Formats: sequence, structure tokens, C-alpha cells
Amino acid sequence: MLRYILKRLVFAIPTLFAVSIIAFIIIQLPPGDYLTTLMADWASQGGAVEAGTVAAMRERYGLDQPIYFQYYKWIWGILTAGDFGISFELGKPVTELIWNRLGFSLLLSLLTLCFVWAIAIPIGILSAVRQYSISDYTATFLAFFFLAVPDFLMALSAMYVMSAWFGQSVGGLFSPDYVDAGWSFGKLVDFARHVWLPVVVIGLGSLAALVRIMRANLLDELSKPYVTTARAKGMSELELLIRYPVRLALNPLISTLGWILPAVISGEIIVSVVMSLPTTGPLLLRALLAQDMYLAGSLILLISVLTIIGTLISDILLALTDPRIRFQ
Amino acid sequence: MTDITSLPPETGPSFNLSGKDIAVAGQWRLFWLKFKKHRIALASLVVIVFMYLVAAFADFIAPVDPNATNARFTYAPPQGLSLLLDGSFRPHVYQLKMTLNTESMRREFVADPTKPVSVGFFVKAPQPYYLLGLIPMQTKLFGLTNPQVGDSLYIFGADRLGRDIFSRVVHGAQISLSIGLVGVFMSLILGVTIGGISGFFGGWVDLAIQRFIELLRSIPTIPLWMGLAAAIPVGWPPLRTYFVITLIVSLIGWTSLAREVRGKFLSLRSEDFVIAARLDGMSEIGIIFNHLVPSFMSHIIATLTLAIPSMILAETALSFLGIGLQPPIISWGVLLQEAQNIRAVAQAPWLLFTPAAAIVISVLSLNFLGDGLRDAADPYESVS
Amino acid sequence: MNMSPNTSQETILKVEDLKTYFPMRTGIFKAVDGVSFELKRGKTLCVVGESGSGKSVTARSILQIVDRPGRIEGGSILLTRADGSVTDLAKLDPRGKDIRSVRGKEIAMIFQEPMSSLSPVHRIGTQIGEALRIHFGIRGNEQRERVLELLRQVEIPRPETAIDRYTFEFSGGMRQRVMIAMALACNPQVLIADEPTTALDVTTQAEILDLIKKLQQSHGMAVLFITHDMGVVAEIADEVLVMYRGKVMERGPVEQIFHAPQDDYTRRLIGSVVKLEKKAEVRLTRAPIAAEAAPLLDVKNLSLTFPSGLKAVDDVSLVVRPGETLGIVGESGSGKTTMGRCLLRIYDPQAGAIDFRRPDGHTVDIRTADKAELKDIRREVRMIFQDPVGSLSPRKNVGQIIAEPLKLAGVKGRELEDRVSELMVQVGLEPAWRERYPHAFSGGQRQRIGIARAIAVKPRLIVADEATSALDVSLRSQMLDLMMKLQDELGLSYVFISHDMSVIRYMCDRVAVMYRGRIVETGDTDQVVNHPQHDYTRALLSAIPHPDPRERRIHKRFRYDPARTVSANG
Repeated sequence: MLRYILKRLVFAIPTLFAVSIIAFIIIQLPPGDYLTTLMADWASQGGAVEAGTVAAMRERYGLDQPIYFQYYKWIWGILTAGDFGISFELGKPVTELIWNRLGFSLLLSLLTLCFVWAIAIPIGILSAVRQYSISDYTATFLAFFFLAVPDFLMALSAMYVMSAWFGQSVGGLFSPDYVDAGWSFGKLVDFARHVWLPVVVIGLGSLAALVRIMRANLLDELSKPYVTTARAKGMSELELLIRYPVRLALNPLISTLGWILPAVISGEIIVSVVMSLPTTGPLLLRALLAQDMYLAGSLILLISVLTIIGTLISDILLALTDPRIRFQ
Repeated sequence: MTDITSLPPETGPSFNLSGKDIAVAGQWRLFWLKFKKHRIALASLVVIVFMYLVAAFADFIAPVDPNATNARFTYAPPQGLSLLLDGSFRPHVYQLKMTLNTESMRREFVADPTKPVSVGFFVKAPQPYYLLGLIPMQTKLFGLTNPQVGDSLYIFGADRLGRDIFSRVVHGAQISLSIGLVGVFMSLILGVTIGGISGFFGGWVDLAIQRFIELLRSIPTIPLWMGLAAAIPVGWPPLRTYFVITLIVSLIGWTSLAREVRGKFLSLRSEDFVIAARLDGMSEIGIIFNHLVPSFMSHIIATLTLAIPSMILAETALSFLGIGLQPPIISWGVLLQEAQNIRAVAQAPWLLFTPAAAIVISVLSLNFLGDGLRDAADPYESVS
Repeated sequence: MNMSPNTSQETILKVEDLKTYFPMRTGIFKAVDGVSFELKRGKTLCVVGESGSGKSVTARSILQIVDRPGRIEGGSILLTRADGSVTDLAKLDPRGKDIRSVRGKEIAMIFQEPMSSLSPVHRIGTQIGEALRIHFGIRGNEQRERVLELLRQVEIPRPETAIDRYTFEFSGGMRQRVMIAMALACNPQVLIADEPTTALDVTTQAEILDLIKKLQQSHGMAVLFITHDMGVVAEIADEVLVMYRGKVMERGPVEQIFHAPQDDYTRRLIGSVVKLEKKAEVRLTRAPIAAEAAPLLDVKNLSLTFPSGLKAVDDVSLVVRPGETLGIVGESGSGKTTMGRCLLRIYDPQAGAIDFRRPDGHTVDIRTADKAELKDIRREVRMIFQDPVGSLSPRKNVGQIIAEPLKLAGVKGRELEDRVSELMVQVGLEPAWRERYPHAFSGGQRQRIGIARAIAVKPRLIVADEATSALDVSLRSQMLDLMMKLQDELGLSYVFISHDMSVIRYMCDRVAVMYRGRIVETGDTDQVVNHPQHDYTRALLSAIPHPDPRERRIHKRFRYDPARTVSANG
């Protein structure tokens, strides 16, 4: 078991390395660099820039060095000093800007995952056990429907419905009164009143996918011979269902965490943009549009790293619940 | 223990065909027979074919130029098309009467039941155009038969500039639906090549490719797409942007295809009938094209169909965020940019719900279709 | 059918006119159609039949665990319970409490696939203990003690550690012991065993049969034993029920079924089993193969180690003479299939030589042959596969399948057509069926297609890997007869790989016995079968059930222990 976890950890290292390279490529991808954008800006405002200033800035940001050196400098800064570079646009260190937002992103994703799992498993079980019943068909159709509606459309529609029918404005995670207030019970209640909608909106797509998977897994397991064995022991149908097929159908579901998590984080980003939530989404979009590449790259890197850690946790969970993997 | 005659009937051929016909039915025949039993998938196939036809003949179907503006009809609501007037077949809409709501200081439109405007089929187009870019034509599927000043035909409403949403959605289908096809085609090439290499060579090549695919899949797609799409220079010509966006979108799609192909390759490589072909003296290339490709063709078609919707959704999301396709290109995602402002949506919900319906219907149908194809992909499961 | 049940013995279960039907789109499938029998304390009733005879559904109907959509349509299943009351199980609700109090407590069941019939993610102790909890509410330490006792009863080594292990850590035989322990947990009156030894090797089978017998005697259980293997029936049955297509063909004491069968179907079934108990008649009259003839195939010191480190083929040497059939016999994991595949270079052996004599008299080492040479040799050495489903591409019709080797050998047009028709006639298929796809054929017919493909290019040697194991016993001898007919017509030699000693004895001139990658004994079939030299061969032969109830012998079998040569318990 310990060996398995160690192996997984060792495997994660090259993945993290590769992700950092991809993030860095994204930083480097736009033609020119931030300074050319800046110069263009200044030029359009009528101001000329002295060649000396540009050269000095280039040196300061290391933009005149070979590309691998820039990468080395960047990653070294992150690893040794937690220095993600400077947001050109906002003129602040990236670290100052992101942690708070990253925290909310993480929180929102975790809440969504809990929501998705808590709802998907019972619906999936019901759908499989009552195969071809009205409830199964309804669940199946709804699952297909929500798979077909993109997150941001869901967010927009939800906001439209809330404002047109209930006269509520939706957006943010807090009421204006609480945004800058410290944590209190009142703030928590306010948070809960705001957060449920994004959670549902982000979760519905993955929920639909999970219901389908749970249903298919359980149908597979229900036809396995060990179910007959347990029945032949005299076990009641309900105990049998929970103790055997459901227990086994959950294993592959745990491994879906590896892709549900990226999907939820993706959904979180785009929904946050629409609903203007204080998470990484709007910040990332803004950074990308402004070619504020250190900020954008750092966000992509951190989001990916979180995902990889999540996948790692799901691998370990799977090993804990499935002895077949543990004993490999 | 495999004497088929003594098995219960459910394991025998389960199609409504006589034994003799089923005996000589080849792969694609069985595939179709099995697919046909999946009613929703069959209906979805019809819907999909219809939508692609609409996209192909958009110029003919859209009554007006999708970029034609009309300041008079800013945010005009959908005008209901009625077919009967005074008991006879005379398709018409009612003229829109504009009033100013003094309370909200907004313009509001009301249909004026006293002024029917006649709508005709196969009417003369305002300008000549080329159907499919080839055939010169001057007929539209439908339109106002005798347009006067003050008449309008907005069956799905108008946007901020008074452009016809219906025409825009129909034209948007060209880009949005084709991005799915082109993207899937690119995925196919990437996926089959890389998956094939992985499955065929095995060993460390396989390992390296598999690790790479795992890596790609572990990165959340939206930030990755956003990062790549944002790098596209704003000044690029629309066509180039279109292809680069398609490429970015298919960057993820190929991985599932590559896995599918590799998995099939590996499992088929050790099948007895493949070994038998090798012993018969067939070359590896011959085996690939005679045995392997036919065996996983149906699976690939199903996987491809299921990959199209995710590409459509990706394009829509990127364009919606403003880092994908940009106006004046018309795609469903670009149309939704107009709906970004919730106040605009509150005033003119058709801005959101018309393109949204188009997206949902096409994605839903493609998913149902793909599901049906996947179920039918191995028609031998129930036969042998 | 004329056997009147002996009512003096104590009857526990009385089944009368049982009907279990499966409603289908195409109509009603009568899986069990009017079956009656009785089970008596301490006695074994064997239900025997080929695949699709409804024997397994019969067994499951008793506990009402028939898979959907099957259901009991009529008849009665009267169980005399421990307290003397009688319950009709057929009338109980399949999901109800009453039937549950019978399942596992009064009637327990064991299944064919011990691996898939046990949960892979629960410890075996938990799975065995469950029945105790459900029926007696025994939990905790008391339960653990009882489970340990059960594990000891079924002779699982080191029960204290075994109890916390998972099924995949055990071998097939041990898993079946776990199943039996589970069934015994509540001291049932009746044990239903649904093909419990079919997935096991003969030596393991013999041990499981022994164990069931022993436990039956000590617990006084009635046993309902479902099997397709007449040898097993002869070894263990007191009474026999012969089923065919859902109906009872014959019912009677085992002696009568084997030695005075009344029904035609039973007679045919016994006939085809007995036929395989001796050498084929066509082989008795044939002149012996000259021992001094130059060998067609001369394998020397062949070795293959898989990357996992498993020595699948270990220093194997053997000789095949022209016109001869060499049998390779061994249990699963003995390396016989791998060895057969090495002969055609499907696997690349690392050491040794496979000298093959070409028609012009010179020999070629297949192990080191280059690509072009290998291609030529593979026309002369062909293969017949075990699985008649997997070895034919479902996407090609029969004509195309048989034509494939011919086309690759350059046969074209009219000649190709004629040759395919000729081949189909030769293996007993209608040439008119050439447009049909494999899914339209039965298992036996598919195997004929495989044979036609093998002989299409006029080979000289055919490696047949378990060619008859997937077929019902009545088809088995037909297939062997066809192969021998072709051998005489075409002057073929065979390497015939099988785990089944009876088909080897029926067909092979000489036999090599494989055990853990090595050949432990080679010799004339008669010699090896009647006077085995090696202890492993003796153990293997003595574990084979003999289809004659007058000569039960597996309980007296010889046990082989590679470490100590002879042991009390293998």
C-alpha cells in the first residue's frame, strides 16, 4: 500500500514538470512580449518610449535571455521563493493577487464535487435498479439534457430566471455588506445563500455524466454471479444491493474523479466569469485578454497542479477501497 | 458448449429477419439493424441530418442578410408566423408597433392585429447570392412578399442592431456545426495515427504516448483552451482564426480517440482470428486493413460522433468569453456574446434562448446518436 | 422413467412437475418443462445434460434465484424443514422473507465460477460469516471462531491468515473450498452444487469431489449435483436425472443409467462418452507408424521464458513422425498451449531448436528461420484453435475465411472457388453456405470451418490446440473422427494439445505429458495410459473420473507432490 502511494507520488513528478512547461509555453505563446504590448499602448496614447527604458525593463524581466533560461528563472523562483513573477498589468506580485481567489475556486470546486456525488449516486442506483421504469427514463433523459447544456448557458439561464421570475440579482459570493467583512455567522449564512446556485450550475453537467456512469456500473455489477451467491445466502434484497453491487460499482466511480475534477474546475472558471464570482476565472480571463502572461501562466499552472493533486488523492482513495489495486 | 441451436433464444440473432437473411448479413447490415432498434437515436439522426442541411443551405433558408442592421427594430421581439388568414392559407405576420414606455424609458413593440404583413414561400431575395458558394440564386425559402417601410420579419426576434436572429442562427450553424466536423476530422487523424503507433509498437513508445495522453487529460480543458486561444492575434483573418480554434479544440478530443484505437489494437492483436491471418501469411499491413480496421471502424464512428458535441460546446464557450471567434464571423458562441449582459437578456430573452436552443438541440441529438451508434458498434455481441 | 422412487428413505425435497419459463420477445422459452425428482438425506442426485438442457435453471428454481425474466410457472417444490413442517418453495415470493429463511440456512448452493461468484473486494471471512449473521445473528468473535472452524473443515491451510485474505489471493481450488465453507456455514440439509468443478483441473476436481463427499457424510446432507461430465456422475451419483431441452429424459439409479439406459437420448449420451473411453476403431486397425522413420518435426531443448520471469516452456524435446498424432497433455498452466504456439513461432522461444523436415528432405530450424522461410513453413505447418468463436473473424463470410490462406498462396478465380467448395465438402459443410457469416453456425460447424482453413493449403503438420474442448461431448468424437479421416486422406501429422486424457487416448499414437513447462513423460499412448512411469502422470490419470459407476476410483487416486514425490494430500 505504502509502495503504491510512493509510486503514484513519483509518477506525479514528471506530470507536474510537464504541466509547468505547458504553462510556460502559454506564457510565451503570444507574439512579442508584454513590453511590445505596453509600447504599443503608450504609442497609441501619443507617448514615445526611450530605447534605454525598454532595454532596462527587458533586463529586469529577463526578457532578453534565452528561453530555457527564462523558464529556469521562472520555475526556480516559484520553487524556492514561491515567487510567481509580477503581474505587468496590475503592477503587483502575482502571489498577492491569486491566493484568495484560488481559495474560493478550491472551495467552490469541493462543494460542487460533494453536491455531484451526493446526488448522482442515489439517482444512479435508482435508475439501475428500476431499469426501464419511468423514473429511469426520466433520469436518463434529464442526464442527456444537462450534458447538452454548456455551463455558461446554464449560468445565464439561471441568472435570467432568478432575475426575471424571482426579481433577485445573482452574482458574487457575498452581499455587498459582507464582501469586506470578516468571517462571522452572518457572513457564512450569506455565503450559503449565494453559493448554492453556482454549485448547482457547475455541477449539473458532471452530475449527469456521473448518473450515467453509476447506472452503467451498477447494471454491470447486478448481473455478476456474486450477487446470486449473496442472494443464495438468504440476504435481503436491500442489504444485498448496498453491500455488494453498489459497493463494487462505487470503485470505478472513484476513479472518475480524475476527470470529473478537471471538468468541475473548467466549469467553475467559466461560470465564475458569467456570475462574476471572486474566483480565479474572471482573473484568468482578464489576464489572458490583457496578455498579462505571468499572471495567466501562474493561474493555469496552479489550477493544473491542484487538479493533479486531486487525481492523486482519487488514486489513493481507489487503492484504499479496492484491494485488487492495492495488491498489484 | 457452444452449440447455438440448443441455447435459449435470447442469445441467438435478435433481429426481425428470417434465419436465412441473418445468416448472410454482413457487418454493416447487422450494425444498421441493431441501430434501427434504438428509436431515439434514429430520430436524432434525422434531426442531425436536417440541421446540417440547414447549415449547408443557410443562404437559401435565412430570409435576410444576417449582418443587415435596422436601427428601427432594436430588440424587436419574435413575430409569430400565422399560416391562416380569414380561413384561407395566407401566411402572414403582424406589423410591429413601437411605443415608448415612459416608466422604464424603453422602447416596446406590440403586434398590430390590424396590419397583417404577407409572408410567402420561394420569394425573390433582396440580393442575388451563391448557394453553397457555387450556384447563383435569387430565391429564398421564405420572406416578405411585398416589403414596405415599417414591415419586418423577425420570427426569432432582433438583436441590439436590429439584425434578424433567425438568419443569424441559421448562418451560425455553418460555423458551429462545421467546427465539430472539422475538429473531429483533425482528432481522427491525430488520434488514429498516434493511437495506432502506440498500439502497434507497444513497449516504451506506447508507455511514453500513454503518459502524454494522461498528462493532457489531467489538465482542466477550459484554462488550457483559454490560454491557447488568447494567444491568437486579434488581427488574424477570420478563416485562419477559425482553423486555429478548431485545432485547439481538437487538441483534447484526439486523446479519447487515441485511447480507443490503442485499446482495440491491443485487444485485437491477440485475437485468434488475427493470429490465424498472420499464420496464413498475411503481411502486417494486410492484417491492419483486412482485419483490424474493419473491426474497429464502427467503434471509431461512434466515438467520433460522441466527440462532435464537445467540440461544438468548446467553440461556443471560447467565443462566448471573447477569446474564440470574433464578429463579424457568425457562430452560435459569437451570438451568445450578445447575451453576456444579463440586463440585455432580461429585456430580450430571445438573444439567449434562440442560440441556446440551437446548441442544446444539436448537442443533445448528437449525443443520442452517438449513444445509439456505440450500442450498435458491436452487433456480434448478441449474435454470437 | 420407470423407476419408482424408494419411499423408505427420508425425502427432504420433492420437486414435482416444475416449470420455469422465460418470456421473450419471440415467445416463451421453456427452460424447465415439467421436471420432477426427489432428494434424500445423505444421497447425491446428479442432474446431467449438455449446454442449454435447463439443468442449471432447475437448480436455481429451487431457491427462486432464477435470473430475470425467468419465473416459475407451475409445479411444486416441497421442502421438509428441520422442524418437520413442509413448505412449498414454488409458492413463496422470490423477494420475500420466507424464501430467504430457506436460502443458505436449509438449502445452500455453490457455483461454477468460484472467482466471479465471490466478491473481489470483501475478505473471505466476511463473506463466509455473513450467513451466520443473517440467519443466527452471530457476530464478532463468535462468528470469527465459527468461520475458522469452517475453514478447517474445508481443509484450507493456515485458516488464521486465510480468513483475512481476498479471493484473488487464492487458487481456483481454494476458492471453491471457500464457497463450500460458505455453503456449510448454517449446516444446511441440502447442498446444491452447480457445476462446481467444471472450471477446475482434474486433480483439483478430484479433491473437491472428495471434500463434498466427506462433508456430505459428516453432515448428512442431500446433494443436488449439476454437471455435464458423465465421468463425474459415475463417480459420485446415487441417482441420476438426464435432461435435454428442459425436459427429463430419464431418471434412475446411477447403475441403471450407465448400464441399462432406457431412453434413446441417454443411450446416445452414454454411447458418446463410452466411445471416448478407448482408442478409436480406425486407429486400432491401422498399421503402426514406423519408429525408425525420419522425424517430420524434431524439437530439441526448447525453452521460453516470458518477460514476467515465468518459465512457460522449459527444455522441451519431442519428435513427430510423418503420419503420426502426438498428444500433448497437461493441466492449465503446464505450458502446453505456449509450447504449441512456439512450434509456429507465434511466440519466439529463446533457446533450443525446432527442426522441421521440408518435402525435399532437408531440415530447417523454425526457431531461427528467416521471414520468407517462415512464411513457406507456415503453409506446411498449420493450426486449429480452441475457441471456435474467436478464431473466425465475424466480419468475413465463410467463403472468404476459407479462401484467405489460398489467396495468399496465389490461388485465384475459378480455381479458388472450386477449391473452397471442395474443402467445405471435405469437412462436412454445404458449399451453398459459403455466403453465410460465422454467426449463423453452431460451435461444431465453426470448428469445421477452422479445420477447412487449416487444411486449405495442403499442410503436412497441424497443431491442434484444445480443438474439441469447447464442444459438447456428443460433438467431440465427431470432430475427432473428422480429423482422423482427414489425416488418412491427406497424410497429415498432428500435434494434438489437450487437457482431456480421453480425447488423447481416443486419437493419439503417442503422448507427451507436460507439467510446469517440462515434459515429464513421453511414450506410446497405450503404454503411458496403462503403465505410467512418472508419478505426475499416475496422479493425473488416477484423478480422471471414470464413466462407470461400478468402478469408482478417484477416491483411491494417487497424489503427486513435486517436493516429496508422494504425499497424503496434494
